[in-house]
Amino acid sequence: MSGVRVLVGTHKGAFVLEADGNRKRWKVSGPHFAGWEIYHIKGSPADPNRLYASQCSGWFGQLIQRSNDGGKTWEPVGNQFAYDGVPGTHQWYDGTPHPWEFKRVWHLEPSLTDPDTVYAGVEDAALFRSTDGGRTWRELAGLRGHGSGSRWQPGAGGMGLHTIILDPSDPGRIYVAISAAGAFRSDDAGQTWRAINRGLKSQYIPNPDAEVGHCVHRMAMHPSRPGVLFMQKHWDVMRSDDAGDSWHEVSGNLPTDFGFPIDVHAHQPDTIYVVPIKSDSEHYPPQGKLRVYRSRTGGNEWEALTKGLPQRHCYVNVLRDAMAVDSLDSCGVYFGTTGGQVYVSADAGDSWSPMVRHLPAVLSVEVQTLP
Amino acid sequence: MIRVVLPGHLRTLAHVAGEVELDVQGRATQRSLLDALEARYPMLRGTLRDHVTGKRRPFVRFFACEQDLSQELPDAPLPEAVATGAEPFLVVGAIAGG
Repeated sequence: MSGVRVLVGTHKGAFVLEADGNRKRWKVSGPHFAGWEIYHIKGSPADPNRLYASQCSGWFGQLIQRSNDGGKTWEPVGNQFAYDGVPGTHQWYDGTPHPWEFKRVWHLEPSLTDPDTVYAGVEDAALFRSTDGGRTWRELAGLRGHGSGSRWQPGAGGMGLHTIILDPSDPGRIYVAISAAGAFRSDDAGQTWRAINRGLKSQYIPNPDAEVGHCVHRMAMHPSRPGVLFMQKHWDVMRSDDAGDSWHEVSGNLPTDFGFPIDVHAHQPDTIYVVPIKSDSEHYPPQGKLRVYRSRTGGNEWEALTKGLPQRHCYVNVLRDAMAVDSLDSCGVYFGTTGGQVYVSADAGDSWSPMVRHLPAVLSVEVQTLP
Repeated sequence: MIRVVLPGHLRTLAHVAGEVELDVQGRATQRSLLDALEARYPMLRGTLRDHVTGKRRPFVRFFACEQDLSQELPDAPLPEAVATGAEPFLVVGAIAGG
């Protein structure tokens, strides 16, 4: 029977959880890199034993760890993220110019075809790529040099590039998203970029439908339909049917359209998941009830998924990189909370159970479906 | 021979237990000591000094002989007791919670 490997990054280390296809009994290893912040871990689609992890600390900076055996052993690789040329300035929270400074890697996205090629989304926002298994990194500077970079500004968590989506049907097409600049697309493998924010409206910037300045929290795509994108914005759940050229709102009947993660069912491109959060200043579920919302219609019509989730006194958050799906026949859905729980649903969200309950605050969850 | 005491996280990263002993070529300074440390343990590059600027990371401090050497210039000579190995050079993570 095939199985799954769940890669969990937390505020104080990484954990690797494995189970067979039933997804009921979990073997937990960790903490790896105990005491360090693990923003993200992700496996190569081309070689499931090749993993990359972003390890950082306020004291000792950024490290990148690589595993060649599915997370049993790790080795530090390159950690020099130097911006190309003179980085210039972006906007600070009060609109004044602020110099670009590397802080950490938020997201690692391995190539769909080459285990040695991996992209890194960093704070202050930029996109880097390694083609030698993480030993060396080079900035794809056309993004930061897009022309709007001086108008980008940080969200509350920093100015991070947190979403990287590689189009499986077009090797040249890459989508990224930045808080709080917005979404961008390259059609030439990262050399040049265009902002793709038409249709987004954000009341917290002077011009609500400006070209850039939107606090996109997360984007998701189904690989079989790469022109359709879903987005959880600071407020609003959005959809694009033209590769980001335009967006329309699909928040529909959600109890609140603020939230962080969004993901797509592995086999049903119009089935999507979000976790509504009360507001931008109260980062916990409305009414203390932890509810995942599922739409089977690509948005607008949402149903609450509550079976197995706490429905009273629950005040955790689910961060943007902390939801994932597996690709087993009955799609598994996973998410981790700032309270240290990681939940799994082996039936596409109908029912949930905790895989672990007491980890440090969960920053990211990824899952690999193993043969 | 210079003795260096690393904080726990960096000992784990470098796979060392206890003190590190380094042979530093030329005059013993913070720069020559850290150069020798990073040459022996390449995984420490970037953890103590910024890759690009070479500056000490803000939450890293250097103590020796009951003195705070964090603000000393990189090419200033280290205390004689450190240079001779009589006293260790302490790399310390600043007290900053977390």
